[in-house]
Amino acid sequence: MRWAALAALGVLIALPAVVGSYTLTVLIFVFFYAYLGQAWNIVGGYAGQLSVGHAAFVGIGAYTAAMLSLGAGLTPWLGMFVGGALSAALGAVIGYLGFRFGLRGFYFVLLTVAFAEICRIVALNTEAIGGAQGLYITFTGNPRQFQFPDNRAYYYIALGLMLAATAVVWTIERKRFGIYLTAIREDEDACQALGVDTFKYKMLAMVVSSFLTGVGGTFYAFYLFSLQPNTVFGIPLSVEIVIRPIVGGAGTLGGPILGSFILSPLAELSRFYFARGGWSGAHLIVYGGLLILVVLFLPQGAYPYLRRLLARRA
Amino acid sequence: MRVINFAHGDMMVWGMYLAWLLATRLGIDPYLGFVGCAAALFVVGLVVQRGLVDRIVDAPHEMQILLMLGVALVLENGALLAFGPEPQRVRSALTLSTFWLGPLFVDVARLVTFAVAVALSLALYLFLFGTDLGRTIRAAADNAYGALVIGADVRRVYAVAFGIGAACVGAAGALVSPFLPFQPSAGLAASVTSFNIVIIGGMGSLLGAFVGGLLVSVAESLGAVFLAPSLKELVSFSLLILILLFRPAGLFGRRAG
Repeated sequence: MRWAALAALGVLIALPAVVGSYTLTVLIFVFFYAYLGQAWNIVGGYAGQLSVGHAAFVGIGAYTAAMLSLGAGLTPWLGMFVGGALSAALGAVIGYLGFRFGLRGFYFVLLTVAFAEICRIVALNTEAIGGAQGLYITFTGNPRQFQFPDNRAYYYIALGLMLAATAVVWTIERKRFGIYLTAIREDEDACQALGVDTFKYKMLAMVVSSFLTGVGGTFYAFYLFSLQPNTVFGIPLSVEIVIRPIVGGAGTLGGPILGSFILSPLAELSRFYFARGGWSGAHLIVYGGLLILVVLFLPQGAYPYLRRLLARRA
Repeated sequence: MRVINFAHGDMMVWGMYLAWLLATRLGIDPYLGFVGCAAALFVVGLVVQRGLVDRIVDAPHEMQILLMLGVALVLENGALLAFGPEPQRVRSALTLSTFWLGPLFVDVARLVTFAVAVALSLALYLFLFGTDLGRTIRAAADNAYGALVIGADVRRVYAVAFGIGAACVGAAGALVSPFLPFQPSAGLAASVTSFNIVIIGGMGSLLGAFVGGLLVSVAESLGAVFLAPSLKELVSFSLLILILLFRPAGLFGRRAG
């Protein structure tokens, strides 16, 4: 397994030398969504707290870094951590309310959705950050402003982000923290009865997860150069974030990555196919169908299934 | 029943499109066509419950939320494929007729929709509390195992209940289609609004849903007047968060899930 992972990594590092710019763009989105999925995985997968409001953290991270860069001239390389910190603060608020008041399952889902929607509405109505028109970042190609004329730079940054998040999750998995999170997901009451401070660990998971997601917002802003409240804070982005780890395998290290490698190209293909018929956005029908199939037939996700398959072969 | 139907709003949008199809292709007024829409959505609900939700009743609750999210995505984008993204509106004979009731300016279409909605809610109430099947549904919702023990076919009851829910929302979609322009992407927002209403009113309570609906609409209208029209949802989401925190069972619910 380890050798396969290293070999795959080698291929990914060498790939920009061979493939064209379109494939590169697709791969950038694969990495980026794998990164966001991995960040979500900490609280949604390992701790089992289903958040459908992670777009809020992307949006806050993106807007913070963009506003700091546009308004104060602060480089996004630092702004991304400010954005991450603000996202973590919101994550802490949502986590505190949700966990202190004991909201579980659907109630927690609704709480996260409500917060993301409130962020969206506030952003839509705040003229200082562009209101409904959103923010546009002028392209200068200056690396110090997180702008690169060469697509390959974004490729390596996105790859780096994905690896960094995976390293974080790998570390968590190995620590007592990760074991506590899994225990909380499997049976929170029993876990608490054994003396684990479940509130503390759920909070920690939420804060780490929202911080990472917020940092990802900076990449979003400075790769796409435009921010609209409806896209960065909207429920569809939250669904994009949630669906990859679920399909790949929530609560597993490889799940979000595998899920992203399955879904992003699939979305791209169906988008291409449907766009020719003039049906933009209809690629989501593929997501829906896949989500239904995974829930019915592979509730653990694709990654554990693949591992078992490989283990049986060997 | 505690099945969280993320596809609720999308089913409403399908009800609207069916009304639109009936009106444009067959010339049936939506105020008659809503019966057909309700019947069609009843079948959709039955199929979704029997074919999908039923298979994972024993799985964790989260799986079922995700499943319905998948159904919602398929329904919403199915509508997008079938009807395109342009907003539509159904013409009804009643759309333009209005009258003055003393100082009040009354829109006949809205009045009829209101009357039918109240009648349907009453019928649902009578059904749930007055008939055997209705009582069985409430029993199964309250305690599925207990209902099974006393001989109720819980799977069938669930399917019927889900179908009725879908039929109601299909009828609702058809009934508001004459004055509410709609497009496929409206489904998600409608789902979220109905969750707001149900949570605020109290899950599993008809009266709660009624009062929650009134409360959310009035709060949003007041928000639109006193803050800004685009901020009206802010009011209902804030209300939702407060209810979630301090009274998760809702105003008229009996217990939190």
